Amino acid sequence: MRPLRLFGLFLRMSALNELQYRANFWLQLLQSGIAVGTGLAVLGLVFSQTPALNGWSQPELLAVMGVHILMGGIIGSLIQPSMDRLRNDIREGTFDYILTKPEDVQVLSSVREIRIWQAVDVIVGLVVLGVAVAQLQIGLGVVPALAFALAIVFGGLMIYSFWLVITTVAFWIVRIDEIAELFQGVYQTGRWPVTLYPGWLRISLTFLVPIAFAVTVPAQALTGRLTPETLVLAVAFGIGLLVLTRAFFRIGLRHYSGASA
Amino acid sequence: MTTESAALGRPAPPRLVGPIRGLIDIYIAEARLAIAQQLQYRAANYMYMIGMVAEPVIYLVVWSTIAVQQGGSVGGYTPGAFAAYYIVWTLVRNINIVFTPYGWEDRIREGRLSAQLLRPLFPIVEDLGFFLGWKPVVVLLWLPIALFLSLVFRPELSPSLLQVAVFAVSLLGAYLIRSLNQSSLGLITFWTTRVGPIFQLYIAAELLLSGRLVPMTLMPAWVQSLASFLPFQWTFGFPIEALVGHLSNEQLFGGLLTQLFWIIVGAILVRVVWHFAIRRYSAVSG
Repeated sequence: MRPLRLFGLFLRMSALNELQYRANFWLQLLQSGIAVGTGLAVLGLVFSQTPALNGWSQPELLAVMGVHILMGGIIGSLIQPSMDRLRNDIREGTFDYILTKPEDVQVLSSVREIRIWQAVDVIVGLVVLGVAVAQLQIGLGVVPALAFALAIVFGGLMIYSFWLVITTVAFWIVRIDEIAELFQGVYQTGRWPVTLYPGWLRISLTFLVPIAFAVTVPAQALTGRLTPETLVLAVAFGIGLLVLTRAFFRIGLRHYSGASA
Repeated sequence: MTTESAALGRPAPPRLVGPIRGLIDIYIAEARLAIAQQLQYRAANYMYMIGMVAEPVIYLVVWSTIAVQQGGSVGGYTPGAFAAYYIVWTLVRNINIVFTPYGWEDRIREGRLSAQLLRPLFPIVEDLGFFLGWKPVVVLLWLPIALFLSLVFRPELSPSLLQVAVFAVSLLGAYLIRSLNQSSLGLITFWTTRVGPIFQLYIAAELLLSGRLVPMTLMPAWVQSLASFLPFQWTFGFPIEALVGHLSNEQLFGGLLTQLFWIIVGAILVRVVWHFAIRRYSAVSG
């Protein structure tokens, strides 16, 4: 498993690097705390006006919020940093250095930057999820827990594919810095179950930007709403997306002309 | 005189308000620069705007759902009224985009501020001019988005001529209040670069106390009274409600006067903070 070994290597390097700046852990925790507080205020406001939102109770929406924070932590620590760097490298021509290394270009470009302090959100998300599951009072069986884990893994892989596809566009259009803002904006839709949105938007948030698979589906697994069909669809769509992304990245690669040479 | 002492790290305080003619010339020059720059990056501008539109669409969908569940309206807002509120929100938000407090860190770290200090112009006036100049491009790009949102969400909106006029003036007020306060906030960077949590707390307060999240009438009474002592709602809630709400003439004109009050407070605050902040500045490069 060469990709995994590479990933482990870069993880160790960034951990060593970032452990020098330990105060950042507390800053990150403080920021996550403010975000959770704001989210709770919004949930409280919604449920001061209605007992349930589109059939979702307060603890169930808390579970959605937990998954949203957790996935946000995965994106912020593992996915987005490498993609930001890839985008900059393509623009500035320093991508040349990646091409000269005797490793798979896609794998290397995808694991190079890891921000371990961002992973604080993974822990915060898990805490929020724990509270939500306790409030639900239906317990957590082994099968839903496994389904949840599977849904998170494939949800994360789909978000990664999405990020790589939009970053690959940089091979053609050089300045796409705002894509990060665009994604951050769209990712906020995941704070609520996608079933809430009107049809065209729900479909876009499922197949165009896979937020439904990344946030709503794992939350469904924990709240007893997930059907086996949905989970199978998530896995199949995830694999399909990975294959397509790889093909698209290779096409993009052929358009790289270098800028420094 | 000013330039020399700035280079030595002991700047004489630049003037905030110069002769009006000079200021207008500066604004026109900055506006030209901003328009030329931003038109070059239309695609980038659009990505930014679409990312921004997600926020009100989420609020709109959530609150419309609640309104329907509660038998057609919540807090006096029907889905159509919410649609009007949040579509006007998108314009107000775009007008409200100002130099980010996070930008001060780059500006200081990379030494660009040193170059700005050499000019006989208060850097915050330069920001005000640049972002104001960008607004015509923003409004132009906003029109198709507003049209699309209106077709999808069917807003109910029938403002009087007076409301439209007050709305237009209040946009400028909102822009100035938010610019000045965000500048004061950004200046904290002169004391510490670990500003993330401070800024985030400020943004969270703004979200909850300005009408950005929901119309203020949906908030608990104590939140509404807290908000009345703060500038936030004059940058979001007031302009939006001036156009889509049912404010009396006294409320409309009173609102504009309150905006003027907060502009003056903001200008004094930024001036005072600058006075103390700039003493701490020591350039590294640039």
